[in-house]
Amino acid sequence: MFVAHTPDQKKAMLAAAGVASFDELIAGLPRELVRPPLRLPGSLSEMELVRHMEELAARDHLAHSYLGAGAYEHFVPTAVWALALRGEFATAYTPYQAEASQGTLQSIFEFQSLVAELFKMDVANASMYDGASAAAEACLVAAKHTGRAEVLVPDTVHPQTRRVIETYLAHSGARVVRVPTPTGVLEPAVLAKHLGPQTAALLVQTPNFFGNLEIHVAELSDQIHKAGGLLIASAYPVSLGLLTPPGDYGADIAVAEGQPLGLPLAYGGPYLGLFACCNELIRKMPGRVVGQTVDKDGRRAFVLTLQAREQHIRREKATSNICTNQALCALASTIYLSLVGKSGFQKLAELNFQKAHYAREVLAKRGFAPVFDHPFFNEFTVRCPAPPEKIIEKLAVKRVLAGHALGYYHPDRKDQLLLCVTELKTKADIDQFGELMAEAAR
Amino acid sequence: MSETVIEPLIFEKSVPGRAGLPWPACDVPTTDVARQVPPALLRRTPAALPEVSEPQVVRHFTRLSHLNFSIDTNFYPLGSCTMKHNPKVNDRVVQIPDFAGLHPLRPHELSQGILEILFEVERWLCELCGMDAFTLQPSAGAQGELTGILVARAYHEHRGQKRPVVLIPDSAHGTNPASVAVAGLTAVTVKSTPEGHVDVDDLTAKLTPEVGLVMMTLPSTLGMFEPRVKEIAKKVHDAGALLYMDGANLNALVGLLRPGDVGVDVLHVNLHKTFATPHGGGGPGAGPVGVKKALEPFLPSPRVAKEDGVFRRKFDRPHTIGRVHGFQGNVGVLIRAYAYMRLQGVEGFREMSENAILAANYLKAKLTPLFPKMPAGPCMHEVVVSGEGAFGPGVKTLDVAKRLLDYGFYAPTIYFPLIVPEAMMIEPTENETKETLDVFVDTLRTIIEESKRDPEKVKGAPHTTPVRRLDEVKAAREPRLRYFPNLP
Repeated sequence: MFVAHTPDQKKAMLAAAGVASFDELIAGLPRELVRPPLRLPGSLSEMELVRHMEELAARDHLAHSYLGAGAYEHFVPTAVWALALRGEFATAYTPYQAEASQGTLQSIFEFQSLVAELFKMDVANASMYDGASAAAEACLVAAKHTGRAEVLVPDTVHPQTRRVIETYLAHSGARVVRVPTPTGVLEPAVLAKHLGPQTAALLVQTPNFFGNLEIHVAELSDQIHKAGGLLIASAYPVSLGLLTPPGDYGADIAVAEGQPLGLPLAYGGPYLGLFACCNELIRKMPGRVVGQTVDKDGRRAFVLTLQAREQHIRREKATSNICTNQALCALASTIYLSLVGKSGFQKLAELNFQKAHYAREVLAKRGFAPVFDHPFFNEFTVRCPAPPEKIIEKLAVKRVLAGHALGYYHPDRKDQLLLCVTELKTKADIDQFGELMAEAAR
Repeated sequence: MSETVIEPLIFEKSVPGRAGLPWPACDVPTTDVARQVPPALLRRTPAALPEVSEPQVVRHFTRLSHLNFSIDTNFYPLGSCTMKHNPKVNDRVVQIPDFAGLHPLRPHELSQGILEILFEVERWLCELCGMDAFTLQPSAGAQGELTGILVARAYHEHRGQKRPVVLIPDSAHGTNPASVAVAGLTAVTVKSTPEGHVDVDDLTAKLTPEVGLVMMTLPSTLGMFEPRVKEIAKKVHDAGALLYMDGANLNALVGLLRPGDVGVDVLHVNLHKTFATPHGGGGPGAGPVGVKKALEPFLPSPRVAKEDGVFRRKFDRPHTIGRVHGFQGNVGVLIRAYAYMRLQGVEGFREMSENAILAANYLKAKLTPLFPKMPAGPCMHEVVVSGEGAFGPGVKTLDVAKRLLDYGFYAPTIYFPLIVPEAMMIEPTENETKETLDVFVDTLRTIIEESKRDPEKVKGAPHTTPVRRLDEVKAAREPRLRYFPNLP
């Protein structure tokens, strides 16, 4: 690796520091423990490293994927990361010195504007770690705001999101109450049985974990509000090119996994937690927020604001412990949404919708019948003529990911497979996939 | 009054009807959306995204980038943040398509390459830190803290003990008490000695059977090694509590001293500091948490294991605190950190920490004549100076920090740690050349002279940055947090 100093410079620096050897500088460390033997390899050159990494990556080479379930493959325009990885963005710190960080600050302001617009909510923050922690923080806000202890999480919410919420709520005084969803959507009659004086919030994910749109969402919103709780909506951001945004059905807080907006799958992260809310909750919002102001010469400028909510000021009384967030991912999504643009975003959603609907038909003809007849976006659940695990295994040999077997988290759905089809798939891909699936089912 | 604008918002460049990214035509037989989805579920007005062309987007974000200071463009001596060079090859390897396209729910048969990397990152961290196991799930230092605290809490509760109190020195990062609060525990502050070390008498007095965890930053936020750390660890353990280390300052110790060897039971590591992954303007980071063997059962699920040469994710963890991430954590950050580990190699890490310490001590020696309250003795990887008595009439540390921007240096961390008046925390890292450090010292000397000769000039700084000091009160009183087309 690169070393900044020549041997002569090191000598000069030690002399300036008033010591004869480096070890005098660390004389305060427990001598018997200093420089322990370590069982680790020596350094690689850059050339060797690239080769090593390419070999590791090649082991995981894949032809096609029909796997979604919370993480989605979408086309990422080349300009997104060409710009986001510019050193001026990537190697800057959190913009505490606003005068030297206007690039980051303005891009976050644009990000907040885009997220609020997508969701049709009043405001958005500068991002959270991922969709799951954004949902968990939203539940904490709701519990604090209402002074109530129960957060209703239907079984149509991503099970891994639910697990993260459980971790976050474990010691908060609030708890998760699971609401069953045998029909594949949350039914108002079922919700009614779970509402009570302790209900702080209802979390609704639409399209939901099974791909279904939560068709009763407007009614659910009325129900939770009448019960005195908040509606937290989790949306798949790409679907908002076509589907009703959370603000239109009365969500108090909207969250999402922002990964589909220009971020690679990258085995689960870094992703992007989107968090937006209504004006009433602004000062209870977790995380960083950028606001517009002016400098002393009257120029428009941007700055981190409402910091009285945050840990570095409030310490144990902060609204959240979050500090670092996902700024570079937020920047990438900002660039992505700018490139795709207003009409492009509608077209993208329409492409996803059409390809997935075609694929569901193709699979139905191959013996994989749809489980639900609810409307859906780009994911759907089918019943498999053979055990889903077997089908996944057979396709894996051909380096194709068949989808997500639902049995692990939903034991009553052991014969079901969740599939996702995005704009990346052509008709030929889908037809060929239908053949592979039929073969695997035999 | 209309404001002067440095760079318009992307929305202000939008013109109705200008097409963005072209998508291919739909090549499948289509269905009528309105027949498939009830009208109430369809968006009535499209989201008002910008209508701009790719060249406009490229120029806009390139111009925005020019408004930033960054490691790639400036010396960035931000203490406790370890703003070291981020090797460019790491951008390359993380973008290898077979990594970028990896779905997090893939079966393990199709993820052997990535699982090997995760397994190896854990092994490297264990070996460098002297711990027995690491979880790689936490997305940042603060989430790592929360995870570590929850693990410690679960450990005590599993043994039938309620220990609701966490002791934290008054020099700690704000995230420490905030994370304790999220974990449903109570933070109690321990005093520091005038030198900035933990006041062992105060600690001893507060180390009751209620205490489950003692959190320390090592080296401390004053950039000093805690001389009595082994004694503190023993006292903590004798009281039945666990010792947590905030690993924000690990850059001073890698290859030189393993936290596990001095008695640390739990620690988090900020990969975006010590392991050279980009800070990204505020994330993404990664905050892996390391523990001793007795705490391993409580780490988040899943974990990566190697069985008969095959890597698998293990979900069967009955005592786990659960998940803290929707999937496996910030894997892209972990890939970069792994690449950095392989580039450094074991000797490279030792040299890294030694050079970081050398640079900080060199700076300290050169700055001593300028700061009357400079403490004696060597520091570790960063030097904390007090601005008290150093500057001209009425000039504060904040003013000097802002004036540094005029000279092309990012400001050090200021007013932290809270226990040092007018604090300025300077961390040069191992990467800065002696020439840069010399210019930095000369610049501080010049600013101090200016502060005596022409204090108003320093108080009015910065003068040459894209914008000057901001009206932060206005921002907080009248929060404008998004673009509205009809407002000025």
